[in-house]
Amino acid sequence: MILVRHEMRRAWKALMIWTLAIGAFMAITLFMYPEMKGQMDSVSALFSSMGAFSSAFGLDTLDFGTLRGYYGIECGNTLGIGGALFAALLGIGMLAGEESSGTAEFLLTHPLNRHEVVTSKLAAMLMQLLILNVSVLIMAFLSIMAIGEAVPWKEVILLHTAYFLLQTELACICLGLSAFLRKGGVGVGLGIGLAMIMYILNILANLSGRAEFLKYLTPFGYADGSEIFSRGAMDTGRLLTGLAMTCMGTVLAYWKYCRKDIL
Amino acid sequence: MKQTEKGLHPREKSGRVMSENAIWTENLTRYYGRVRGIDGLNLKVEPGEFFGFIGPNGAGKSTTIRTLLGLIAPSAGRGQVLGMDIVRDRKAILARVGYLPSETAFYHGMRVREILKLSADIRGKNCDAEAGRLCERLQLDRERKVEDLSFGNRRKVGIVCALQYEPELLILDEPTGGLDPLMQHAFFSILRERNQRGTTIFLSSHVLSEIRRYCGRAAFIREGRIIACDAVENLARAGARRVTFSGSLKREALPEARDWKETEDTVSFLYNGEMNRLIRTLAGADIRELTVAEPDLEEIVLHFYGKSGEDR
Repeated sequence: MILVRHEMRRAWKALMIWTLAIGAFMAITLFMYPEMKGQMDSVSALFSSMGAFSSAFGLDTLDFGTLRGYYGIECGNTLGIGGALFAALLGIGMLAGEESSGTAEFLLTHPLNRHEVVTSKLAAMLMQLLILNVSVLIMAFLSIMAIGEAVPWKEVILLHTAYFLLQTELACICLGLSAFLRKGGVGVGLGIGLAMIMYILNILANLSGRAEFLKYLTPFGYADGSEIFSRGAMDTGRLLTGLAMTCMGTVLAYWKYCRKDIL
Repeated sequence: MKQTEKGLHPREKSGRVMSENAIWTENLTRYYGRVRGIDGLNLKVEPGEFFGFIGPNGAGKSTTIRTLLGLIAPSAGRGQVLGMDIVRDRKAILARVGYLPSETAFYHGMRVREILKLSADIRGKNCDAEAGRLCERLQLDRERKVEDLSFGNRRKVGIVCALQYEPELLILDEPTGGLDPLMQHAFFSILRERNQRGTTIFLSSHVLSEIRRYCGRAAFIREGRIIACDAVENLARAGARRVTFSGSLKREALPEARDWKETEDTVSFLYNGEMNRLIRTLAGADIRELTVAEPDLEEIVLHFYGKSGEDR
């Protein structure tokens, strides 16, 4: 508990910046909706008939002219990409950061088992993701209410849950990778790269039916706004694959860190 | 400080009997890939000792310490700290050992007070009073942020972290780097008090004078192996001096001189014999310049123990 508190104290500034940035960006996008709604009819038809581009971003399945469609695509992308980057950077810095800053020696010469350190880091990481997502969700509800639209509670909550799971998956995979790294700097590139590759894999899967299997590799496969809003559920198979990846990342973090030489 | 008081066994000080060694290793080995860290290291430190661990950079001092503390795993051999296995009982060992690393790094943005509290909290102890006393003696401002501190002051934070909870064994890796002479004095006074109260002190250093003044026994490590381990006065061959002069003197005039080096106009040698004889011999020679200096311990160990020296 002491370590979790310590981690949270160190992290709160960055967490607040990310939360406000993502929340504000979503609010601004939502505030633009009433303005755009009137002109959407023609735009919507255009957006949904741009072939590959439309399928890549799910514009062919969601109606951009309704709040649900607009939210699923625009806001989903903001939280999707922003949250994924935050989660990847958070996870990749968790264990490697201590070593590159030299504080691992301080921490690990206290009476702590390595697995206790990983558990504390994992708990602090999940707590940060939870705080970010709940705050952003509240900001989203308030923004939707502020523009006088009815809140599509079920879909919005489902979409945000999917993004929370996506972020957890990325963060846990990155935590696992982090246990192998010694330098935080390498991790930053690796984290951002991984988040972007996962995002691109989903676009590729959307583009071609033959690449649909990629949706099982990337957490964006089950956290796809257009699918969730049109089907009202996450794809179970992809979700389970994602949860398996989350577990693998976590197990990898414990396995490696408990054996690691702190040089 | 008198030699006789240095690093006494606690039985001699307080009548307390401790059965296990404070530190014990048997063929402890650690390779980094093909690079040697330590190789077949045998070490025994008894409870209550003020023990010096000396060696040049890269000899394996830090590798030994990091292996003892479970930061790195041994490639072969075994070791115990306070009677507990260094691999299996890592957490229990760390609960009773205070460690000062050679390079102290702390969390950015934290104040000294917060760092000290974090360290005490992880140990589940309230060390406020002792931390206050130590900070006062070492003149460390607890309200400063660690990143604003000088190297020496950061060192003091590490020292207080290691000492504040009064561990049974203190492992100090090059502790005095960055400390000014006054602070070094204050620091060693604290260590001496702790040692007199029964704390075992394992001091890794390459500063001969520190080892000589404070340690009872010392081990010399070179290329990953202990090449000498003995009481400090024996190890240091207390009177040994490095004599360097410009002038002419035949080597036969001083048969006990070692490591005799002649250049164009200077002669240099290690001398461990009677001082009067040296002065008389030099007086008879044509000497233009002369320095008599304390050699470093590595020189002494190399020339009086020999490279292949056994544990002694």
